[in-house]
Amino acid sequence: MPKARITFADIEQTVSVPVGTRVIEVSERVGSGIIYGCRECDCGTCIMHVEEGWNNLSEPSVLEEKVLRDNMASRHDRLACQAQIIGDVKVKPA
Amino acid sequence: MKPQPNTADTRGAVGFAPGVYWIGAMDPTLRTFDIILKTANGTSYNAYLVRGSDGVAIVDTVKENFSGEFFRRLESVADYSEIRAIVLNHLEPDHSGALPELMRRAPRAQLYISQRATSMLKGLLKPQDRTFSYQTVTTGDTVSLGDRTMRFLHTPFLHWPDTQCTYLVEDQILFSGDVFGCHFCDSRLFNDKAGDFRFSFDYYYAHIMRPFKQHVLNALELIEPLPLRIIAPTHGPILRDRPQRYVAHYRELSTSSLAGEIGAHEKSLIIFYMSSYGNTARMAEAIHAGAEGIEGVRVSLFDLEGGEVEPFVDLIEEADALLFGSPTINGDAVKPVWDLLSSLAVVNLKGKLGAAFGSYGWTGEAVRMIEDRMRGLKMRVPVSGIRIKLIPSEEELRACHEFGCDIASILTGRRDHRAVLDLADLV
Repeated sequence: MPKARITFADIEQTVSVPVGTRVIEVSERVGSGIIYGCRECDCGTCIMHVEEGWNNLSEPSVLEEKVLRDNMASRHDRLACQAQIIGDVKVKPA
Repeated sequence: MKPQPNTADTRGAVGFAPGVYWIGAMDPTLRTFDIILKTANGTSYNAYLVRGSDGVAIVDTVKENFSGEFFRRLESVADYSEIRAIVLNHLEPDHSGALPELMRRAPRAQLYISQRATSMLKGLLKPQDRTFSYQTVTTGDTVSLGDRTMRFLHTPFLHWPDTQCTYLVEDQILFSGDVFGCHFCDSRLFNDKAGDFRFSFDYYYAHIMRPFKQHVLNALELIEPLPLRIIAPTHGPILRDRPQRYVAHYRELSTSSLAGEIGAHEKSLIIFYMSSYGNTARMAEAIHAGAEGIEGVRVSLFDLEGGEVEPFVDLIEEADALLFGSPTINGDAVKPVWDLLSSLAVVNLKGKLGAAFGSYGWTGEAVRMIEDRMRGLKMRVPVSGIRIKLIPSEEELRACHEFGCDIASILTGRRDHRAVLDLADLV
């Protein structure tokens, strides 16, 4: 299975994961400071900032884009409960 | 001499500045608000009307079953055809209850809400209601009523994501929404006439605004520079006598007191535990000793058996890391631990570091259950909790010591950088 690396900048930890893994599946296990609320693309609690590898995450759905917009997310912010890792990426809590 | 009727005992609007009226409702029999709040003398739902040379604005409405009183007061000073603007500073049903009917009666009016209020508006009105057109506003946006200007302040999370304040520039009146409000029903209406509402003011802050202290401080940055003649909140007395002191009081209530007790670069780590046979207590002491060895961490150790929940909640609010130790009894953490963990809705725990530990006899579920609860409270739990079967051995106590070091090191950012981990190896 192809692998990719995700680095959590707040704890300076890199994890190797199967491509397609959602950020939420990794961040809690490794102890990153990304925090979750509803875990289903509604509340916007888990907004994270993508420092590197913006194009190495799955495309945001229409719903995710709406939640990001409603929460006035910055450029290169994503929801950690939705974004899937498809290549090397570096993220941190927004 | 005939006694004067109390201000809000009249059926009409109550003017308190030229062209500015209170058109709210009194709810003196309410005793419990929103399940979580007690009130010994009810509350008020304050709504306001502003008359400018080029039309009328309504700022907030009332709870739906008080609509009759609201519309009666409104009609005493304005015709619906004059209403150009409706501002909702906060969409909670006690302020938006009369909105659908007001929009129906005032079809010329434009509704102004914050960006974050849009999804709530849909959630509150539901598809069976007709959809309203609205305009979103943020800090610096203005609406002119001719000789009067309403300027908006983006003040989210006070206490919903949608909240905002509206400032009437020429009159220096701040329509503050729930900020500076309280559940206190007094038909004398103004802070220089109403009874002693200090307790109600502080109690309201403690239960409504306290979880959002950082947002309060952000809002104060916008509010403090404003010249203020009157603060007009959505509950409780209108603050026309020295309104600035309430602003100062909010800053005082929102400012950390721990910062004055420990060094600027120190972190506070608190260990709470319960123990039946002393095993979890010994673990707590070993963890305490381990954490203490890390520079820059101020460690506190508390046996829950010897304290009340409320002061502990105060300590938790300002701590950076929280450790909970509980034995497992009948497959669960013990009640004092749950009592504390279920009393934290009034403080902000988001991002605080958490960990759990405990001794157990045969199953040991408590530690994982506490970890799940901490994650549910939006804390981060970076290290899997430590569980020891019955009496801890010397080696196990050394592991507890190491566990304390590890948590304190993470807290201070001193934990050694680890090589690339594989997801499959993570618990």
